[in-house]
Amino acid sequence: MSAYDYSRKEFAAVFAELQKTYQIYGPKRFAGRGRFSDTDLIRYAPLASLDELELAEKSSLSPKSLVFPADETIFHFNDHEFSQPQLKENGEIIVLLRPCDINGIARLDKMFLENGDQADPYYQRRRQRLHFFMIECRESFENCFCVSMKSNTTDNYEVALRFAGDRVAAQVKDHRYAGLFGQKGRAGSFSPEFVSGNDKQVELPTVETMPAEMFNHKMWEEYDSRCIACGRCNTSCVTCSCFSTVDLFYADSRQCGERRRVWDGCHLDGFSDMAGGHSFRKNKGERMRFKTFHKIYDFRKRFGFDMCVGCGRCDDVCPEYISFSSCINKLSRTLKGGSDK
Amino acid sequence: MSGNPYQPFPVKITKIVSESDVEFTMTVDASLDMVPGQFFQISLPKIGEAPISISNYGKNWLQFTIRAVGRLTGAIQNLRVGENLFIRGPYGHGFPVEKLANSDLIIVAGGSGVAPVRPLISQIVAGTLPVKSLKLITGFKSKESILFTEDIQAWEQKCDMTLTIDKPQEGWTGDTGLVTEHIRRLKLDLPDNYQVIVVGPPVMMKFATAEFRLLGIPVENIWVSFERLMSCGLGKCGHCKIDSTYICVDGPVMNLSHAATLID
Ligand code: SF4
Ligand code: SF4
Ligand code: FES
Repeated sequence: MSAYDYSRKEFAAVFAELQKTYQIYGPKRFAGRGRFSDTDLIRYAPLASLDELELAEKSSLSPKSLVFPADETIFHFNDHEFSQPQLKENGEIIVLLRPCDINGIARLDKMFLENGDQADPYYQRRRQRLHFFMIECRESFENCFCVSMKSNTTDNYEVALRFAGDRVAAQVKDHRYAGLFGQKGRAGSFSPEFVSGNDKQVELPTVETMPAEMFNHKMWEEYDSRCIACGRCNTSCVTCSCFSTVDLFYADSRQCGERRRVWDGCHLDGFSDMAGGHSFRKNKGERMRFKTFHKIYDFRKRFGFDMCVGCGRCDDVCPEYISFSSCINKLSRTLKGGSDK
Repeated sequence: MSGNPYQPFPVKITKIVSESDVEFTMTVDASLDMVPGQFFQISLPKIGEAPISISNYGKNWLQFTIRAVGRLTGAIQNLRVGENLFIRGPYGHGFPVEKLANSDLIIVAGGSGVAPVRPLISQIVAGTLPVKSLKLITGFKSKESILFTEDIQAWEQKCDMTLTIDKPQEGWTGDTGLVTEHIRRLKLDLPDNYQVIVVGPPVMMKFATAEFRLLGIPVENIWVSFERLMSCGLGKCGHCKIDSTYICVDGPVMNLSHAATLID
């Protein structure tokens, strides 16, 4: 393990050097593309240079699209032959991301690589190209509650970076980068610090088994009317991993088509519809309950840690100002027999 | 990506039998290892995929009983003998065959729930899965909705069988009433000795399993099979999750002690 210091200009040269071998992804600002016409959208995209790296604000979409795109062709059909599309580019990728998102991808790994005892090949082929460069995150953004979720720290990275004004510091854990990082910088002593407190805190339920009465408790009813089932909380979430499969055929040739998988979400209508018409969780409150239990209760029963990493994106994007952190706290209070107000 | 688990393979359709106005049984050529109670994802390229339980199988054939209620199942109904169906599987946990062997077994199945237990019953009446005794209760809405008529006639010869329809109907001389009423009438001296399987619509399973509990059958001896929207069959897509259980990989057959804790 080694550490280096740079001026921003020196580090830009390291960045450019890395780009000869790797594609570098990070949070990038797209002006005027946000939820409202005058706002910007920040999402993960290839960075042309260090200057494109957006650090001032949280990205509204998570890096999960790098491993699990919103819409992906899994087969092409030609008559009745199936063929699997190759990835257009197959090079290695450096992704610049914060601790919560590194932990978020570790949760996706559980689902896509381990659950059901078979790895998902589409996820795996994208996942194995990624190298995590952690962006040190010492100050919380709005709505973050990573500390409560214990996802504010990680050592799952090859390089950690501190961006402080005109200075950049790097901790290099993987020796493959040592030469390149050493050439342009001065030896330093940087080791990353982590957020130690957020404005938002949640109290997690401690029950081993959720009491049956909590499933249709009246605390969920407020979401029946408040939630509009837009599914933004699901799409913005780094750990939401549900998808549906759809088949398409091309208009010009009924012989050819493709099978795609697209993001789906438990808040959306139709998520639990069965052929023949039966559907579970018709009310939005039931969907909120389903998501909440998954994120902070039943995922833990299966995998040993909570699914939610407290990135707060669901709260950032909800058009109805529904706060997930408040919901978690309300649940814990209710479980303790307190007021559900 | 060799061994891609999402990749279906073609199987040739060798026989199609109509079971009712909307249900049909399709036999395909396939020699695969499977257990009664498991399911396959069946698909037609360009139309889609759906989970269908195995309604019977042999050394080199496999059957699916399908309700033509949607776009995909409607299109499958239009296929002809000699054409291909696309399948992947088998998936999930089937019935606990080792526990059922040499047991006193009671099977209760309602409507399309008869399909998943049919391979099990076939093996029992054929003697390949020996049991001490078998009591079978099958229930259907009406006489028109009875499935597997030929099998049922054969089963009647080989085991203690009740075939009931929900309400009396003109031209029907057999049993009537919900399966729960028939469960209530069972005379079981040593309830601890029985293994019980219940498969059918959610409401039926709820009340039928409750009746068995009243008869004194231990919860560990009761097995149910869950129908859920399943999409990937591999524990990835999330559609079938209830609590921390993924029906596609942890089920569809589950012990009641676990199933009873699952709330949608
Ligand atoms: S549930 Fe909300 S806070 Fe938790 S990981 Fe998902 S988006 Fe982030
Ligand atoms: S973002 Fe808000 S309104 Fe939209 S589905 Fe989620 S909770 Fe409901
Ligand atoms: S059907 Fe996809 S996870 Fe079970």
